[in-house]
Amino acid sequence: MSRVCIVGAGAIGSLYAAHLAQVTDVVVLARREEHARALREEGLRVTGRHEFTATLEATTEPAELGAADLCIVATKATHLEQAASTLEGHLPGATVMTVQNGLGAEEVVRRYGDWPLISAVTFMSGNRRGDAEVEYILDTETWLGPYGDTAYDTVARTVDLIVRSGLKARAFEDLRPAQWSKLIFNATVNSVSALTHLPHDAHFADRGRLDSLGDLVHDLVEEGKRVAAAAGVGLHDDPWEMNVLATQRGSAHVPSMLEDIEAGRATEIDLITGAVVREAGRAGIPVPLHEALYALVRAKELACVSR
Amino acid sequence: MRVAVIGCGAVGSLFAAHLAQLDDVEVWAYDLAQEHVDAINENGLRLSGVGDVVGQLRATSDAAELPACEFGIVAVKSMHTNAALAATAQAFVDGAVCSVQNGIGNEELVARHVDRVMRGTTFPAGHVIEPGHVGWDTAGDTWIGPFEPQPAAADEVERLAEALTRAGMPTRGLADARGAQWTKAIFNASTNPVGALTGLAHGEICDFEPTRRLISGLIDECKAVADAVGIELDHDPEDMVDHAARVAHDHKASMTQDVLAHRQTEIDFLNGAIVGHGEEEGVPTPLNRAIWALVKALEDSWS
Repeated sequence: MSRVCIVGAGAIGSLYAAHLAQVTDVVVLARREEHARALREEGLRVTGRHEFTATLEATTEPAELGAADLCIVATKATHLEQAASTLEGHLPGATVMTVQNGLGAEEVVRRYGDWPLISAVTFMSGNRRGDAEVEYILDTETWLGPYGDTAYDTVARTVDLIVRSGLKARAFEDLRPAQWSKLIFNATVNSVSALTHLPHDAHFADRGRLDSLGDLVHDLVEEGKRVAAAAGVGLHDDPWEMNVLATQRGSAHVPSMLEDIEAGRATEIDLITGAVVREAGRAGIPVPLHEALYALVRAKELACVSR
Repeated sequence: MRVAVIGCGAVGSLFAAHLAQLDDVEVWAYDLAQEHVDAINENGLRLSGVGDVVGQLRATSDAAELPACEFGIVAVKSMHTNAALAATAQAFVDGAVCSVQNGIGNEELVARHVDRVMRGTTFPAGHVIEPGHVGWDTAGDTWIGPFEPQPAAADEVERLAEALTRAGMPTRGLADARGAQWTKAIFNASTNPVGALTGLAHGEICDFEPTRRLISGLIDECKAVADAVGIELDHDPEDMVDHAARVAHDHKASMTQDVLAHRQTEIDFLNGAIVGHGEEEGVPTPLNRAIWALVKALEDSWS
């Protein structure tokens, strides 16, 4: 692969862009001209786990992207539709990889082109420190798998490229078990956190009383598991165990949906809890608790995003 | 007749200021907010809004100052019921005490301290403007009746209802006041926490179809519990929800105000009470339980 396009240069997109620019040509499609100019003129500096400054191209014009072998769409789920629509008619011959939280990003991208698609979930994390700097925090893996008719070999070559760039990645024949484990985990933890303003702390594993939050979390996970089973997806990890383990880490993580709510931004609820509700509808499985939380978070968005 | 209002916040003040209009009633108010107590003793208790009323009464934050009273009216927030009655019970050794609080389970707490108890349900609402001054936001009726395990006498219920009505607080005495109480509690349990968790006003959670559907889900569970307990509701809570969306569209429930101010809510006496009764009767209440857990966790996020 000789040229990669990164769409969306938030923390995750920036980490891919800077690292891949060490082993191939990279062009970033940014939303703001100011951002694109900073990347062209200053390069993209990585701090934290790795320290270097990458040189890369950047533009806000899809027509200026030119050709690429691989396109990684790394926008937040809330900007996915808009970003995917700008790619329509561009990047012929590219394979497009989606790394959004939740489920259904591939279907959104598919509406705007017939590129071969790669499904991905990432567990790495970073913090943007301005337009031309990103801090690499958690150096955990990105998991990739074929979507639809995409050949496994395409996935394996993409993983190879990402690994050579200095990031961690792993290829799966079928990503859905991992994708659904993360989906069920996120649908529960993010929406509960957004409503209670609690970081992902010990409350989420606390059980035994009628008003214990951990019992609600457990019941939500059970609903999600029933949907996965009805959809014919075996889970890679048990989401309840993922939840318990995460609450036992030293410092409690603040889920992105809570950050969004507190900053008055739109959340990714539609592709996360919304995805569980839609999949449940397809499979004919009742998910009253997910429907309740989906309604509450969307209503809370109405209250805090529009005012 | 001597009446003590226990908890002279917005609702307590509506009762106290109105009763003080009657020549044949001596009104006392017990409240822990010293500035409010001092202002009432200096200038009287003033209501403005639906009507302008000034009541002259004795207020105190020292329960030992309360003389023996024939009636008590309890209007503290539910989580303070037990402590407030433990402090003031000596004033009601020969009296009857009526709760006009939100939710289910207050009378049980009052009855730990007082022999004869009434359950009450009240719709008038207000808000504290400043010490000694309460905004009277909504007029409405009050229903009172005996608390079955430790009932006040029927003539006590009638005498209190008559005095309140004459004072400008229309009140009906009932032989069974449980239906009125559960109806309002179900209305509150199905709407207040939805507003509190989202920050939206009552009308907004009714306009947004997904939250309106959640409200109906909560109401259905509550109705099943009421049915199992043997309560006959006096109105359909669904109709009350729709009515309130028309007449109080932009109203933010007191629980929403509590959450905005990071004050403990009355959730234990609303959804918590529904879940508790559901457990006893074997009626599943998963949505009420979820809402209860979410609001308790939200309260924990402030500490």
